[in-house]
Amino acid sequence: MDTADTNKDALELISFRIDDQEFCLDIMAVREIRGWTVATSLPHSPSYVRGVINLRGAVLPILDLKTRLGLGVAEPSARSVIIVVHIRERLVGLLVDAVSEILAAERDNIQPTPNVGCETVNRFVRGIIAMEGRMISWIALDDILPEQQQAEAA
Amino acid sequence: MDPMDAIKATYFQECDELLADLEQGLLTLDASEGDGDTINAVFRAVHSVKGGAGAFGFEALVAFAHVFETALDAMRSGKLEPDGDALKLMLRASDVLADFVQAAKGQGVVDEVRAQGIAEELAALTDHGAGPRVSEPAPASDGGDDDWGFTPLKFEIDEPVSAGGWLLVMTPTSAMYAKGHDAAFFLREIERLSSCETALDLSNLPDLDALSPEESYLSWRLRIPGDVAETTIREVFDFVGDDCSVELTRFGAPAPAAAPPAPPIDFEALLGAVRGEPAAAGAPQVNEAHEERGANGADKVSAKPAALGGATIRVDLERVDRMIDLVGELVINQAMLAQRVGESGLARSSTVAIGLDELEQLTREIQDSVMAIRAQPVKSVFQRMPRLVREIAGSTGKQVRLVMEGEGTEVDKTVIERLSDPITHMLRNAIDHGLESPQDRAAVGKPEEGVVRLAALHRSGRIVIEVTDDGKGIDRQRVREIAIKKGLVASDAALTDEEVDNLIFLPGFSTASTVSNISGRGVGMDVVKRSIQALGGRIAITSEPGKGSVFTLSLPLTLAVLDGMVVRVGEQTLVAPLTTIIETLRPKADEVRRLGPRGAVLAVRGGHVPLIDIGVALGWRTTPIDPTIGVVLLVESEVGGRAALVVDAIQGQRQVVIKSLEANYQRVDAIAAATILGDGRVALILDVDVVLDGRSLDRPDNLLLAQAS
Repeated sequence: MDTADTNKDALELISFRIDDQEFCLDIMAVREIRGWTVATSLPHSPSYVRGVINLRGAVLPILDLKTRLGLGVAEPSARSVIIVVHIRERLVGLLVDAVSEILAAERDNIQPTPNVGCETVNRFVRGIIAMEGRMISWIALDDILPEQQQAEAA
Repeated sequence: MDPMDAIKATYFQECDELLADLEQGLLTLDASEGDGDTINAVFRAVHSVKGGAGAFGFEALVAFAHVFETALDAMRSGKLEPDGDALKLMLRASDVLADFVQAAKGQGVVDEVRAQGIAEELAALTDHGAGPRVSEPAPASDGGDDDWGFTPLKFEIDEPVSAGGWLLVMTPTSAMYAKGHDAAFFLREIERLSSCETALDLSNLPDLDALSPEESYLSWRLRIPGDVAETTIREVFDFVGDDCSVELTRFGAPAPAAAPPAPPIDFEALLGAVRGEPAAAGAPQVNEAHEERGANGADKVSAKPAALGGATIRVDLERVDRMIDLVGELVINQAMLAQRVGESGLARSSTVAIGLDELEQLTREIQDSVMAIRAQPVKSVFQRMPRLVREIAGSTGKQVRLVMEGEGTEVDKTVIERLSDPITHMLRNAIDHGLESPQDRAAVGKPEEGVVRLAALHRSGRIVIEVTDDGKGIDRQRVREIAIKKGLVASDAALTDEEVDNLIFLPGFSTASTVSNISGRGVGMDVVKRSIQALGGRIAITSEPGKGSVFTLSLPLTLAVLDGMVVRVGEQTLVAPLTTIIETLRPKADEVRRLGPRGAVLAVRGGHVPLIDIGVALGWRTTPIDPTIGVVLLVESEVGGRAALVVDAIQGQRQVVIKSLEANYQRVDAIAAATILGDGRVALILDVDVVLDGRSLDRPDNLLLAQAS
């Protein structure tokens, strides 16, 4: 579970689009949002790892959230954005098509993720928010990075 | 931080230094190189640890330190001979003392039984070594002594006859103290002019009931030998004016009648009085403190001129690290600026370009000096080793003498932190596998005590650590048998001695027939080798049967910057560490020969080295480019031997700041780290060893062939 959302009933979420689906993240996990720049690709990495970019002197890995969620490969354009998020002690950039808005939601109003028989959904969607006739999936960031075992084996 | 915690943290920091001094001093004595000063220094270290511990109420620590101190005191006063056995015991006692300090920190526990045993042995040492002793002052009051703000200075009861100089009688008035001046300051200043002898005159000190805390009763008599101008001495007292009476006479001339005659003070009598009535507080107690400090001061005085030479400050490491990060940014920014200016088409002779060149030089200099700040002597790692060696020697029943050299060799903090594990492992190996048992040594005519030498030195921009033992050397026949049995080499493989020696670095190799609890912890030399390679280091062994082995470990001096060759591979820019590159060349078509279904080799200087397309090796392309249109980097690694790496183009050579990939991501195979280039983009730094090694792993039967090439 994210550390940012302990014991609070009110949530602030930042929502974004990938294709025609809407997703959101806890705003507390978001450090900044920046435009797309070409990433240096990393060898021997999973397909959803686009590579690394320079974030003011730090090396920031960029994950293609679309690929990670099993929705195909993103084709970054000038409009694409990178959402820089904290995942534990790490800073990670998530490539998405566009950021839409900031939402306020009550924790009580979050519906459990319906079981659609999809491992990816179960793993990365922690809940569903229904709002003005839209359905927004709340992304869980915990597992978004590649498995760490790979690092030990290397 | 809580102020008390801050003080405690300082105390523990000091403890670490004191414990190191203690051990160092004992080792010096053990090597029969020490003198009275060394014993004093050792005593002082234990005393200071105890004093602080008393203030914080670490009872167990105080109790043990007290016993230890008593034994050292006997040694200091010559009642106990600093011989081998006593010193061995004291070394073990210093280990236990270190454990107590750790326990006081809240880290680790003390082996009570062991501590008790050593305390008893120490007590026994003084009992028949020194005869019955007057009971020591209680530890608590001792702790109080340390709060006594008396300045340690040399203290002489009998005025020795020496040639020429000044006799200074200094009598501060209460007005001087009221203005916040401290007599100690003047003593220190005078001390700086010439190493003087100081005597405290207590003749005016009234009895305790008549003593007024506001009054000044003390005066000092200083013998200042040598040629010091009168005005120089007077200048010291310039700003106190009449608040401190100063009488200055030349030696030989009798002291003026006005000066207090300063009768010799019988401290032994006073001390006897104190010891007779330990409950008495106040003046006599004060005297005792004087005596104690006076004796200690004798050393401080002699140590002082050296300390004056290089003033040091303590700086929070975080601040230095922050600065290094910032300078790293500066270097990157400077490179970016240079690139932009280059792109703008300004002439190289333009003032902007010239200014930029100067900026580059300056940046480089700043970087070097900042890196120098963070450089530390390897002593901090080395000083943990004597204890380790004692413990391993104890549990293996071998007699070992550790000789350390080059402790002052400096290396960047990033490297220091990583040195400890490999050195520990190499020492363990040297003692456990290298040295023979005392009986075996005696049988072959060697001294029973084995010698293990740990040395650090700088060699061609790297730090080299050598661990040498005078043991039996590597049993090549057995190493070979084991390697064959474990399937690491073919049974008919022809191997040179050197190759056999290096078999011990192969994964899954361990020569000890029984798994000892020292070396055989499932961590073999292969792990040591891997961890060293991960740091850009190398390890090698040379061995001579019957004479011993030498492990040589070399590491870069810093893990913060790297000299690299910037190359292009397809769309990507990569940096190859310059240290691995032997030469670069553009191969001719007839030098490239195909070997096997996919492989190719390059004929270079009569030999053939495998060609590796970097783009393919990193998974960026599936078909290798034609080596004749690209550029070849001829590289060498410890594991994979030589290879020719094919890249598209070389862009230049530069120093790059190493950025961790692990900070925000994780380790990536075949990539050592990342850096940021002048265009602001991230470039990856190639891990040549892994590229070569990884290729060999695909064909395990060729592992040795690759190594041998």
